[in-house]
Amino acid sequence: MHAETATDRKAAALAAFKDLPHEPGVAKPDPILVVDNVVRRFGGLTAVDVGHVEVQRGSITALIGPNGAGKTTFFNQLTGFDTADSGEWTFNGRKMNGVPAHKVARAGMVRTFQLTKALSRLTVLENMRLGAQGQKGENFWRALIPGSWRGQEDRITARADELLARFKLDAKREDFAGSLSGGQRKLLEMARALMVEPELVMLDEPMAGVNPALTQSLLGHVKDLREQGMSVLFVEHDMDMVRDISDWVIVMAQGAVIAEGPPDTIMSDQRVIDAYLGAHHDAPLSESELEEQLHEAEDALEAEIQEESK
Amino acid sequence: MNWDIILSTTLKAAIGVETVWYALAAIGINIHFGYTGLLNFGQSAFLAVAGYGLAVTVTVIGLPFWIGIGVGLVAAVLLAFLLGIPTLRLRADYLAIVTIAAAEIVRLIFRSVEFKSVFGGSDGRRGFSQGFYEINPYAEGTYGFWPLSFNEREMWVLTVGWVLIAIACLIVFLLMKSPWGRVLKAIREDEDAVRSLGKNVFSYKMQSLILGGVLGCLGGFVYGLATGSVQPDIFGTETTFFAYTIVILGGAARVFGPVVGASIFWVLLVLVNGLLSGAVQSGVITFMDITQVGPFRFLLVGLGLILLLVYRPQGIFGDKRELAINAR
Ligand SMILES: Nc1ncnc2c1ncn2[C@@H]1O[C@H](COP(=O)(O)OP(=O)(O)OP(=O)(O)O)[C@@H](O)[C@H]1O
Ligand SMILES: [Mg+2]
Repeated sequence: MHAETATDRKAAALAAFKDLPHEPGVAKPDPILVVDNVVRRFGGLTAVDVGHVEVQRGSITALIGPNGAGKTTFFNQLTGFDTADSGEWTFNGRKMNGVPAHKVARAGMVRTFQLTKALSRLTVLENMRLGAQGQKGENFWRALIPGSWRGQEDRITARADELLARFKLDAKREDFAGSLSGGQRKLLEMARALMVEPELVMLDEPMAGVNPALTQSLLGHVKDLREQGMSVLFVEHDMDMVRDISDWVIVMAQGAVIAEGPPDTIMSDQRVIDAYLGAHHDAPLSESELEEQLHEAEDALEAEIQEESK
Repeated sequence: MNWDIILSTTLKAAIGVETVWYALAAIGINIHFGYTGLLNFGQSAFLAVAGYGLAVTVTVIGLPFWIGIGVGLVAAVLLAFLLGIPTLRLRADYLAIVTIAAAEIVRLIFRSVEFKSVFGGSDGRRGFSQGFYEINPYAEGTYGFWPLSFNEREMWVLTVGWVLIAIACLIVFLLMKSPWGRVLKAIREDEDAVRSLGKNVFSYKMQSLILGGVLGCLGGFVYGLATGSVQPDIFGTETTFFAYTIVILGGAARVFGPVVGASIFWVLLVLVNGLLSGAVQSGVITFMDITQVGPFRFLLVGLGLILLLVYRPQGIFGDKRELAINAR
């Protein structure tokens, strides 16, 4: 049953993208996030200058681009962590420019950070509980009367434990978050973001520095989010992962969105190749040159193997 | 050397009035610094506005004692807003700079010639504590037993003071176990993470600043009532730094840390003072005279603080485990 709905969701997401032109800023059938003319300059450097971009509801969208393309800065603008010089964007049709970060999160748009932000001297469980919204005990006066928030706290704890189990962190429940490994912190940050019960999850390089085994489980979790009806926008450098989990890819370079398309063809887009390798990289190699290079590489490899087996 | 007096003064220091008002000031600092990570270096100003709020209301305006207490509390809340609104959105170090400057401004206003008719200049104000001692339930006499004995006025101040400490500790205990306290501790760890989870960080920092300021300002009342006077120089920056020393000594972010810290701090200070004075008077120590004992013991405080930070940075109640994480 579960498997069936899972494939349904994936199929539905892919169907939405099927006939879309592979152009930057292409309109999506049911966008959850619509961005217009967002500009952020740092002195003379234009870090972000996005004309128009839409993120489809219920899908996993990857945001890729070379280092310094402005992906993180773009995230910061959208989530209220930095103020854009100009531009506007709507989330679920609601204007979000100028909205402070905590209200963006409350609206259902939750992000994680490229450099993980575990709350070190809080336990893993306390990290999780913090994510829950509308907590009575977070009001000063009610906090003084434990009876007024205990019940809610128990429900929050139950939900946190469920998520921790799903993210294989249940054994670490009572440990300080600061004692976790880098990969575990990534898991915790993602699980904590889910405690907010967001509609759109924005992950900034969720797999960076995570070992391959853990990566597989993280990928599973990201796919899971879509199955649960959430939308995901994530930044990632590893193209294998992008191909594996995303339904649609948006490419940024030098602050602008330069291309969009499905994950299996996006890397052969000329604009993307130019962006990653520089517009003036050498013209495509001729057939014979390519073969020659291949032989050279093979020879070098063989020599190395012989060296080692000696 | 007079061992009787040294023993008696040292024991009295453990629960004495100095310990009480410094403990209250330190409980406030513990909320700011220990739990929320706010570097408030202007705690003395909270004590000052409370003490002066009471003193001026009663002596200059001529209103009753309880209204004076109310004025002092309101003044502390206003000061928190005044300090917090411009700085709490900025980086942590800005609050440190602004608060230390603000505390000096407050002290200099209280001691200025310009406002001598209101605040009494460097002599301060006295004669506002009748309302407090009129309701003293202790009859005239001496209470306790040697070496711990107090007169009825001291008994009254200490009773009220320790009740205030107990209430303050209870409040801190309840709050820091609650989701409200969790948000504070999370802000200490990483503000941005807390924002990303939908919490209004500015509002919580403000609440922390107000709470710590109000609990700390009770120390200003206790000082004023115990001595029957307020002077501007009592509320100088060293008061704030003693409070920090006390918090670190007791262990930051521990409910009873500031109380135990204050007690130990004053016991040591009084004991060292007694021993040094005795040694100088009986000619055992010849390299300093009796007037140098006071400054010298503060030199020892500094040395002690350095040793503490090197060998037991988590304080008496602190958790070494937490500290190890912090260093990562
Ligand atoms: N606070 C800042 N001050 C000045 N320049 C900045 C600031 N933040 C980002 N930049 C610049 O903006 C550009 C985009 O940076 P950003 O971090 O958004 O890139 P990115 O696409 O996330 O890169 P990466 O893949 O390496 O994380 C970079 O050139 C960077 O130097
Ligand atoms: Mg980045």
